[in-house]
Amino acid sequence: MTASTTVEEPTRRDFLYIATGAVGVVGAGFAVWPFLSQMSPDATTLAAASLDVDISGVAVGQIITVKWRGKPVFISHRTPPEIEAAQNVSLKELPDPASDESRVQKPEWLVVIGICTHLGCVPIGNEGPYHGFFCPCHGSVYDTSGRIRQGPAPYNLAVPPYRFASDTKISIG
Amino acid sequence: MSGHPTYVPKSAAAKWLESRLPILGLAHSSFVVFPNPRNLNYWWTFGGILAFMLVAQIATGVVLVMHYTPQSSLAFASVEHIMRDVNYGWLFRYAHANGASMFFLALYIHMFRGLYYGSYKAPREVLWILGCIIFVMAVATAFMGYVLPWGQMSFWGATVITSLFSAIPFVGDQITIWLWGGYAVDNATLNRFFSLHYLLPFMILGVVILHIWALHVPGSNNPAGIEPQSEKDTLPFHPYFTIKDGFAVVCFMIFYFWFVFYVPNYLGDADNYIEANPLQTPVHIVPEWYYLPFYAILRSIPSKLGGTALMFAAVLIPAFLPWLDTSKVKSAAYRPLYKIFFWLFVACVLGLGYCGSKPPEGIYVVASRLLAIYYFLHFLVILPLLGQYEKTRPLPASIFESVLGERGKHLAAGAKPLQPGE
Ligand code: HEM
Ligand code: FES
Repeated sequence: MTASTTVEEPTRRDFLYIATGAVGVVGAGFAVWPFLSQMSPDATTLAAASLDVDISGVAVGQIITVKWRGKPVFISHRTPPEIEAAQNVSLKELPDPASDESRVQKPEWLVVIGICTHLGCVPIGNEGPYHGFFCPCHGSVYDTSGRIRQGPAPYNLAVPPYRFASDTKISIG
Repeated sequence: MSGHPTYVPKSAAAKWLESRLPILGLAHSSFVVFPNPRNLNYWWTFGGILAFMLVAQIATGVVLVMHYTPQSSLAFASVEHIMRDVNYGWLFRYAHANGASMFFLALYIHMFRGLYYGSYKAPREVLWILGCIIFVMAVATAFMGYVLPWGQMSFWGATVITSLFSAIPFVGDQITIWLWGGYAVDNATLNRFFSLHYLLPFMILGVVILHIWALHVPGSNNPAGIEPQSEKDTLPFHPYFTIKDGFAVVCFMIFYFWFVFYVPNYLGDADNYIEANPLQTPVHIVPEWYYLPFYAILRSIPSKLGGTALMFAAVLIPAFLPWLDTSKVKSAAYRPLYKIFFWLFVACVLGLGYCGSKPPEGIYVVASRLLAIYYFLHFLVILPLLGQYEKTRPLPASIFESVLGERGKHLAAGAKPLQPGE
């Protein structure tokens, strides 16, 4: 008689079941985290994340490629016509609108990550209809400011964090 | 697994084992007396061929690991070391690399067999879905294996495919960095791919066991697409199907080893004999042939997210077939319209594969788009409607009759299949 009425109520046992289950779930969460986290970039990868480049030897019109965080970075010493072409574009024409001024610190030097924003191939410098960069993988075309103009890539070539340590030295990262 | 529980252990050792772990009885009921429809044709031997290929990949893979070094500065050289210095290393590597192609060839034939004869329909839905899971796992395994030799195609294939995840809105870039373990494909990526490439085939093996378990509940489908009704419709697995499967495996091995011995690099890419260079992309990035139809779908959409989403959809959509195909009749032999659409679909997939191998320009882009649309139309529109409107042909009364026709009706009374040992 008493048994049938108490069964209706949440019992101490129900509480213990749920509490034990909840602790188990939280514990499993704590256990899963290291499994996921170990796959993220490790300390050596993060430590190698800054790079100094001497740019005194880069001639006007030349593009050099340096490796930063395992990725290519293009440093382009732009010619006056290239700078002009990059600046005289109406933003309306651009799939990912950005002015050239917002992408460079000094007009002569374009510094961009050399990874196509489509699926990660390395575009080829001084190529393509805009004489900027051309990606051989699926045909994305970038201009002399590294902005996407044609093809499947959605964004402009990314500008890495960098600063001019001196007139002839760039520090990337 | 069903079948006749007729196993009687003879030796004392077998009796001892059987009363503790009834594994001999399980093997006996699954692979000796198991009743198979008597009308199975050679398209049904590809299951056995696949089992053989999986074992071959695992055996050659374990040998390769004994000589391979999963380190980005040493991996390429270690594969060359396998090719030049290790005794029969060239044989193991060529058998493994071509074995992957043969695995996919057999897998595709096996799956199209299922499409033609309606093997995904009730009561075999779970069996079919397990097969689709095996396919997806095989795609992942072969992709990661291809990265291991650390050639130019390994590296750039890995870059392009992992970058697909960067198309995911908001968290895509974070996910990609997490997959890479760095800011680009590098040593960390190679190491994890190696670990998973070793693990996944054994997980495939596990799913294969489930697949066979699910197969042995209803038994095999067959070219007539009707279920066996009496013992006259079936034959015992041994010797009838062990011999037939064995013969097919031998024929397949001739084909397989013709590649291994005579054209071992035909299916590969010359660029993969150049060591990976993270600063230079090869001019032409083409995946292995077995990915080409999906690659064509990826490239057919001029949007990164759209292309990626559609490619994954194309891989996953076959798993929904049991509910997309509304026809009650299984076999295309009795579905005159479906038979036509089946071959159109085969042509569509081959066409996509061809487009995927070509540069993404001009006519190839247009063709891939049209074919990609047709691919999805087949699953989402044609199959659901066909079940409603198609006039199917009359089904035979039994498997026995479908094989022996009029003669079968007379024989049906007395005939009895040969028993093993008879
Ligand atoms: C479903 C089964 C498997 C498939 C489809 C597969 C596929 C592949 C592919 C496509 C390659 C690249 C071959 C090349 O071009 O050089 C490869 C390489 C490799 N696989 Fe597998 N594999 C499988 C199972 C295994 C297993 C079980 C192991 C180890 C236990 C293994 C170990 C290796 C090793 C060490 C390499 C690098 C050496 C090389 O490139 O030849 N594989 N695999
Ligand atoms: S990766 Fe550059 S266009 Fe696709």
